[in-house]
Amino acid sequence: MAITDQVPALLVLEDGRSFRGVSFGARGEAFGEAVFSTGMSGYQETLTDPSYHRQVVVATAPHIGNTGWNDEDNESKRVWVAGYVVRDLSRMPSNWRSKRSLDDELRAQGVVGVAEVDTRALTRHLRERGAMRCGVSTETLDPAALLERVLQQPPMAGSNLVADVTAPAEEVVAPSGPKRLVVAALDLGVKDNSPASMAARGMEVHVLPASSGIEDIRRLRPDGVFFSNGPGDPATADDEVALLRAVLDEGLPFFGICFGNQLFGRALGFGTYKLKFGHRGINQPVMDLGTRRVEITAQNHGFAVDAPLEGDVATPWGRARVSHVCLNDQVVEGLELVGGDGRLLGFSVQYHPEASAGPHDSAHLFDRFADMMEGARPARAGREGQASESPALARGGEA
Amino acid sequence: MPRRDDIESILVIGSGPIVIGQACEFDYSGTQACRVLREEGFRVILANSNPATIMTDPQFADATYIEPIEPEYLEKVIEAERPDALLATLGGQTALNAAVALHESGVLAKYGVELIGASFEAIQAGEDRERFKEIVASLDVPGAFPEVARSAICHSIDEVVAAAGELGYPVVVRPSFTMGGVGSGFAHDEAELRRIADTGLQASPVTEVLIEESVLGWKEYELEVMRDKADNVVIVCSIENFDPMGVHTGDSITVAPAMTLTDVEYQRMRDVGIAVIRAVGVDTGGCNIQFAVNPENGRMIVIEMNPRVSRSSALASKATGFPIAKIAAKVAVGYTLDEIPNDITRETPASFEPTLDYVVVKAPRFAFEKFPTADSTLTTHMKSVGEAMAIGRNFTEALGKALRSLEEPAAPLRFNGPLERDADEVLRSMARPHDGRLHDIVDAIRLGVPAGDIHAATGIDGWFVDQLELVCEVAKAVEDAPELTADTLRLAKRHGLSDAQIAQLRHIPEAVVRGVRWALGVRPVYKTVDTCAAEFAAKTPYHYSCYDEESEVEPRDKPAVIILGSGPNRIGQGIEFDYSCVHAAMELREAGYETVMVNCNPETVSTDYDTSDRLYFEPLTLEDVLEVVHAEQQAGPLAGVIVQLGGQTPLKLAQALKDAGVPVVGTSPEAIDLAEDRGEFGKVLAEAGLRAPEYGLAESAADALRVAHEIGYPVLVRPSYVLGGRGMEIVYDDDSLVAYIDRATTITPSSPVLVDRFLDEAIEIDVDALYDGRELYLGGVMEHIEEAGIHSGDSACSLPPITLGQEVVDRIRYATGKIAEGVGVRGLINIQFALAGDTLYVLEANPRASRTVPFVSKATSTQLAKAAALISMGATIAELRQAGKLRRDCDGTAPLRTAPIAVKEAVMPFNRFRTADGSWVDTLLGPEMKSTGEVMGLDETFGTAFAKSQAASYGAVPTHGSIFVSVANRDKRHAIFPVKVLADMGFKILATEGTAQVLRRQDVEVEVIRKASQGPWPTGEKTVVEAILGGDVDLIFNTPQGQSAGGSPRRDGWQIRSAAILADVPCVTTVQGLSACVQGIEALRKGTTRVRSLQSWNAAVEEELRRR
Repeated sequence: MAITDQVPALLVLEDGRSFRGVSFGARGEAFGEAVFSTGMSGYQETLTDPSYHRQVVVATAPHIGNTGWNDEDNESKRVWVAGYVVRDLSRMPSNWRSKRSLDDELRAQGVVGVAEVDTRALTRHLRERGAMRCGVSTETLDPAALLERVLQQPPMAGSNLVADVTAPAEEVVAPSGPKRLVVAALDLGVKDNSPASMAARGMEVHVLPASSGIEDIRRLRPDGVFFSNGPGDPATADDEVALLRAVLDEGLPFFGICFGNQLFGRALGFGTYKLKFGHRGINQPVMDLGTRRVEITAQNHGFAVDAPLEGDVATPWGRARVSHVCLNDQVVEGLELVGGDGRLLGFSVQYHPEASAGPHDSAHLFDRFADMMEGARPARAGREGQASESPALARGGEA
Repeated sequence: MPRRDDIESILVIGSGPIVIGQACEFDYSGTQACRVLREEGFRVILANSNPATIMTDPQFADATYIEPIEPEYLEKVIEAERPDALLATLGGQTALNAAVALHESGVLAKYGVELIGASFEAIQAGEDRERFKEIVASLDVPGAFPEVARSAICHSIDEVVAAAGELGYPVVVRPSFTMGGVGSGFAHDEAELRRIADTGLQASPVTEVLIEESVLGWKEYELEVMRDKADNVVIVCSIENFDPMGVHTGDSITVAPAMTLTDVEYQRMRDVGIAVIRAVGVDTGGCNIQFAVNPENGRMIVIEMNPRVSRSSALASKATGFPIAKIAAKVAVGYTLDEIPNDITRETPASFEPTLDYVVVKAPRFAFEKFPTADSTLTTHMKSVGEAMAIGRNFTEALGKALRSLEEPAAPLRFNGPLERDADEVLRSMARPHDGRLHDIVDAIRLGVPAGDIHAATGIDGWFVDQLELVCEVAKAVEDAPELTADTLRLAKRHGLSDAQIAQLRHIPEAVVRGVRWALGVRPVYKTVDTCAAEFAAKTPYHYSCYDEESEVEPRDKPAVIILGSGPNRIGQGIEFDYSCVHAAMELREAGYETVMVNCNPETVSTDYDTSDRLYFEPLTLEDVLEVVHAEQQAGPLAGVIVQLGGQTPLKLAQALKDAGVPVVGTSPEAIDLAEDRGEFGKVLAEAGLRAPEYGLAESAADALRVAHEIGYPVLVRPSYVLGGRGMEIVYDDDSLVAYIDRATTITPSSPVLVDRFLDEAIEIDVDALYDGRELYLGGVMEHIEEAGIHSGDSACSLPPITLGQEVVDRIRYATGKIAEGVGVRGLINIQFALAGDTLYVLEANPRASRTVPFVSKATSTQLAKAAALISMGATIAELRQAGKLRRDCDGTAPLRTAPIAVKEAVMPFNRFRTADGSWVDTLLGPEMKSTGEVMGLDETFGTAFAKSQAASYGAVPTHGSIFVSVANRDKRHAIFPVKVLADMGFKILATEGTAQVLRRQDVEVEVIRKASQGPWPTGEKTVVEAILGGDVDLIFNTPQGQSAGGSPRRDGWQIRSAAILADVPCVTTVQGLSACVQGIEALRKGTTRVRSLQSWNAAVEEELRRR
């Protein structure tokens, strides 16, 4: 396509601000929550991250598509973003693993892209006004008309999107090397690298549909339970929170990431809230309050847990506390649950130790999960030996 | 963890003079470090020999030692100041090497000085290639297999050849412990290997080279890494080289962030980088790690690491807004990254990784025109003398801006005009990395060469080649458009085309393009460098232009002063001009103005966002400056634009700015023009009764001969309008005059050649002065040590003038006042005089800040550039005297008993340049400036000050040993006395036959040595070249025999001087230089050399001035 002969495209935000650009990927119209992501690498992983379902992602990095699209780096089976907004789309991919261009891939998957947008102005707007609904279109080029349609879309707050993204049936990811542990992983929109990271540490990972019940978990006789990342408002996920409480009742070691962290927070009795514009990027500093060490983390969350940064909170299972905090804005980035004997019963992080895209600073959390499960084995073995003494279904305060 | 309280005082070592490979980036890092450490309450002691640095301004340290960065002098500083700690990781390789030497000699242990930043062990681990290789190979990084190129350490040529046999050619030669790649190179066969390795072994202080498998053509990357003592590590920036492996990163176009890595590859690099800094053990501070990636399969190799801040860290700091040196200084004294706030957001901590929403391109500035015989092939041995950085919203925009920032008319891409080469020729040319390679690629694209062939010929990543194709398509669209519409202009601008390039494509004047563009409302907006891609609000107005929708320039109420910087370093225009600009910014901010800096040199203090209230990282072209002025005029009141502090770069914009209605303050553009115009300036001189050497303007070769005959040989010839003496030469006869005109000029009536009478054996004098319209303040008078004819930038000089009487100084003051008045100066003026016999000649006058302003300011403890800035804004000298900013009752020439004698010496880059056949370029000094930097020696006596200046400029004079003497006939008479003094001191005198005869007649004992052209004697007597290379000579005194005809100097002298470079033996090429040397040697032999801080000198001078 000649540089002077491009198809116009339009982006309109729910507050009426609009940006003009040119089309790439599929032609058409799409709606979602406009969010910006500040990662400079890893667009392929970002686009295939189910947590971005129903979101129009704005890339702050100006050059997108330079390394094309390969067959190895997808984080799920498809592109999930509702739309993609960039400054400069690469005209040709350049990487030894690339199989096709980003443009081709988005077109094939029917995803609308808009390029040549002043993405910095758009980002500043979202930073000041907060994430909001938006529409991108190559068909409706009149801002007022597109705005009307944007305003008809449901907002992100209050949306339960788990059913859209979860696996239809159980899938098993085999451990690489000898099997050390069995994990039941609830797929709330899981990124492939989470089970892969566990498998790399000798875990056999059973990825379960989000609709699974405690019986489905028990059946696997797992060493631990994992709740994945995923899209939507955690305040709507009552069923999953109930399941998580049942898991804790079972005394199963728990590890949660992102959405899983929010659900852990709710299960422990904390609330959740929507951040103004969220954390989306791969440069976010998080402090482990236990070690005072700082890790650079990959993040993608629009909601967060509302918990006191200091002090323990009593729960039916033990003491809960905030374990990690984002140094940029003091948002809760991790929780842990400790039993009376000081043993770790469960933990979760709001960020992404599985990275992809992003730094690997926190990959050791998967080791921590393994250690926790291995440490819990004798205790659980003992308890299971005491026949049918099923744990009380005591519940903490409602979320 | 908070600041350490077990140390109170810290010695910071700077990087010394500007040389290729080590430029003002270390002034930037050192200044930041000193500032931070003082803010933290430490007593800061600074050692640096470079007076043109901001860091050596007395207010940046408690005790500033402008002394040679040599162990013996540093020990004296340590002895005097007893610092608790030494921070050497911010002063480049020079400081690091000095720290290693002080550790190894036991000085640090003796005085109980702790090395902070990086321990001795970490420095060794990072610098010792063999240990570094072991460290990398032993790293355990999940999912990555850290490796280095296969290699062997060698200590002799035999070992080198054997190693290459095993690795297979081509191989890389890298000497240990050298900076900027001195002595390194690629060898494609044994002959080449022997030549390169021989140099490399000699360049290495430990006679050690690494022979390595070639990764030529692989993609090259760098990571800037920071670590604190709690082991938190962050990657500040990734940099990708446009030019693949094989070109020194300092000579390569580089891009930030990395453009062609997937996240998987990038994270692997990051993991390995973090593992490396941990394993090497840089516990507190920054380092730079280089990687090569095989584009065919992604295999990644760690090339090297620098356990210190570097040129790349300065670039990364400017590219990201993350001030590496500042943070490194803080972590060195105990803070952890999470305890340090991010300056730009103020709310988030420094323990994060900057993310960019723009593209940064750095382009190197070469100076091959200064060394016409030098081979312009780019290798692993750095040759560029400076760099420009540009920021754009995409690569093409940043590249276009970077190229026009270079201030090299040939640098910007050319998209039309005739193509004189065919595709084969262009492809052949681009296969050799050289400074014109970008043009080869553009030509190839225009010739329809497929991108794949360009990639194959150059190894440049296909993505970059495509970007160049994109720019060419944009240019074609501009060229073919029926008319210039807003859309076409915006398209061109979004891909970095300048108004000048558009004008060329449309065959219309640049002013017309600008007029159309403005009429159509196509103007840039200014975005902000904020470290976080707009995730958080930026508190620091660090801007760059682009053609997007929204501008971020905030309105203001205070009147603004825009200071135009000096652009990339080059020979003739370096750090000295940045110094003056920074001073203006500091002073005018204090005076209540909002200071706005415009510059494009990432190495400088002026482009630190802390220096001015607002920073525009922009090219210094008329177009870009007019847009900044426009943006700032929209933002609030504009008090003026200062053009006279940044050297020729802003000065040449003065008239056009004024014509466009911009309020240029200080000396008017008309006055600037007047000083440049021979005729008009001659009238000023005539009215004041001053003399200039006779001259004439020649419009043809015949004309030139006529003028030369009229005024008599020798004559100085040059094209009109030059800086740094470019293209200037002294010729002694008709033949060389004709040869010069053929070779160096395109003589026409519109570009005439100036022919001046050359004053043989005159004393050259440099003056810096201030003038406010009524009163003159003579800042300082410098007497050159070399005779007139050596470019003032290359000449050593002394302040106060060592042989001039008060009467001469008074005549100089009178002349300077008359010239300043006649020209119409408001601010600084620099004048060069020559005293021949008893006649004072005016050589030239420059109504602007000069190269010597920092030297004079330091030597006289008077801040001339600050005063000039205030005068520009309307202050009078009387007011400045009253305010204590200038000496109240006298000036810089006042004969003060307590003032030091200051000697400035220039530092030459000759060891960087070779001819195509592999031999060194000649080291002769002449009217064309060749030095890259300067040092200052301060002492009570001239001899010691001179000796210090020589030690500081890497040519320490010997106190005993052998001296080789070979002088031109015309110098023989003058050489006798100093040589005899040396002989009397016990030096062995070696000379070639002719010189020996003359010396013997004067009763000097001389050993005759064979000329190189005579060859070694069958019985084994060495030639002089062999003797020098063999280490048998400690000082060389060689004045050029005859004159260079056709640019090629006489062979014998040139071989001697080449050997001097290779063997690192000081080589004096003028009689006056030798006399100064003799005084220095005498002073050193007394053995009482002391060090003294600038603050101590200044206090004594203040006291004396008070008592006067």
